[in-house]
Amino acid sequence: MPAPLLRAAPPGTALALIGFGLAVLGLAVAGMVFGPVPLGPGEVVAALLGEADPRAEAIVTTIRAPRVALAAAVGAGLALSGTALQGILRNPLADPGLIGVSAGGALGAAAAIVFGGAMLAAAAPELRFWTTPAAAFLGAAAATALVFALARRGGATQAATLILAGVAVNAIAGAAVGLMIYMSDDQQLRDITFWTMGGLGGASWRAAALASLCIAAAAAGLLRLALALDLLQLGERAAWHSGLEVERVKRAAGLWSALAVGAGVAVAGPIGFIGLVAPHIARLCVGPAHRTLAPAAALVGAALLLGADLGVRMIAPPAEPPVGLATSLIGGPFFLWLLLARMHRDA
Amino acid sequence: MLEARDAHLTRGGRPALAGVGLALRPGELVALCGPNGAGKSSLFAVLAGELRPDLGAALLDGRPLAAMTAAGLARERAALEQAPALAAPFTVTALVALGAATAPRGAADEGAIVARAMAATGIAALAGRPADRLSGGERARAHLARVLAQLWTGRAAGGGRFLLLDEPTASLDVAHQVAVLRLARAEADAGTGVLAVLHDLNLAAAFADRVLLMSEGRAIAEGAPGEVLEAGRLSEVYRIPIAVEQSAGGMLRIAPDLSRA
Repeated sequence: MPAPLLRAAPPGTALALIGFGLAVLGLAVAGMVFGPVPLGPGEVVAALLGEADPRAEAIVTTIRAPRVALAAAVGAGLALSGTALQGILRNPLADPGLIGVSAGGALGAAAAIVFGGAMLAAAAPELRFWTTPAAAFLGAAAATALVFALARRGGATQAATLILAGVAVNAIAGAAVGLMIYMSDDQQLRDITFWTMGGLGGASWRAAALASLCIAAAAAGLLRLALALDLLQLGERAAWHSGLEVERVKRAAGLWSALAVGAGVAVAGPIGFIGLVAPHIARLCVGPAHRTLAPAAALVGAALLLGADLGVRMIAPPAEPPVGLATSLIGGPFFLWLLLARMHRDA
Repeated sequence: MLEARDAHLTRGGRPALAGVGLALRPGELVALCGPNGAGKSSLFAVLAGELRPDLGAALLDGRPLAAMTAAGLARERAALEQAPALAAPFTVTALVALGAATAPRGAADEGAIVARAMAATGIAALAGRPADRLSGGERARAHLARVLAQLWTGRAAGGGRFLLLDEPTASLDVAHQVAVLRLARAEADAGTGVLAVLHDLNLAAAFADRVLLMSEGRAIAEGAPGEVLEAGRLSEVYRIPIAVEQSAGGMLRIAPDLSRA
């Protein structure tokens, strides 16, 4: 008998990955073409190469390109985090926003703005740029640990337990952020409010570079855990019986996922549902093996956030609704549909 | 040798094991029998290295299982838990290949082992099907193939000596129950130490070298099936009259005596 193809990706996987990649590329170009000052694709390319007129070059390189880079990085990070959380918890409803990881990151960021700013402003103003992402990562990691602990009871992760844990974590973090707002002075209040609305409008190359770096590290870390995440689909007991150090893998994947979310939340605020929707779309096209699922989901997440950002910029210029509104508007109904489909199946 | 010595274990505030010992040697098939709640699955978990006994010891060749890593244990023994599940729509082939996933790369011909495990369990025809949409019997056999793949990959790496099966026949029809136990028997004959938790005493009598009968966390009797599976003892343990007959071919036939129950 010929040896079967092990862990073979379904036919069309390479095609799907190329398609997702092209979608990201196309939306990135669109993100640089459209805007209050319309530029042609040729002008955008020329501007990126430094051969356009100074005005177009300024618009592209200081405003639109960093924004597009940030959107792609944050979208990919949220999608990777969702993929990892869904894999660890064996539950397709796990989304960094729904289960409270983003809220934990938001709490960390708000705490950094309120408490960290005053302390660091005097000592080292340069460090302020780094404290918010670091605090967001810590908050996201703490929320992840809490959700893992809550969802662990009874061995299997029940969807209901997970969602209830998320409700609790979101409520606690929300109340704590409220407390921060209450305690903050005018400048801090403005910082927090601006930041909680979510959005990519304030994108700078520095923010884009920071987010990309963290998210690239998380992507590399999670990709190395791909086979472990596959094994976890057997359940934690069977995965352990098969030789997987389950706790170590969960800790590592949880931390990488918190890094990806924390970096995104810190620079772009909480953006919901990308982490839920992107892995689902990717799974439909490339199957459940994490070795291909994770990169595919990252590309889908990048494309979704690029598309959503383009949407909010185009809908009523020059006004720009927060991009989180657009993702929730698409993601919310998707989540409801998923919930109903599962309830129907479990009934 | 894989053994539990005088194992005591408390689970959920209740004593699950109250001093049980069992030694599993290479080349033998041991059946673990007893009523629900007797502690069979607890003893299984102790021998798999998953639960550490509160008192007593769980040892592989005299070495505590607790001192071994998950990967080290997985190379020496493969364990099939009750009601195995899969949360993602992997194909049957990909599911079986998960059994070989933690072995070092290149240590064994993974593809050939997976194919052999699928042929042995009669699921070769299901290869490309999504493993989360199989019937109960197909699923049980697919996971059995996964565990066999783990065992054989471990053997290629110098381990693969013990196979632990927790109710491997639970969701199978009679023909497949027999097929699974034939497979377990063949593994034992090939030198593997096989432990099977079995509810069907007839299957235990037909296939096992030894039977350990448990009740309330204790070993009631251990030995050859013909000695252990005795009508009076079984009636007492299961609290229902049980008749044991020996057929002309020497086979034991064990059934509740419903005329007296």
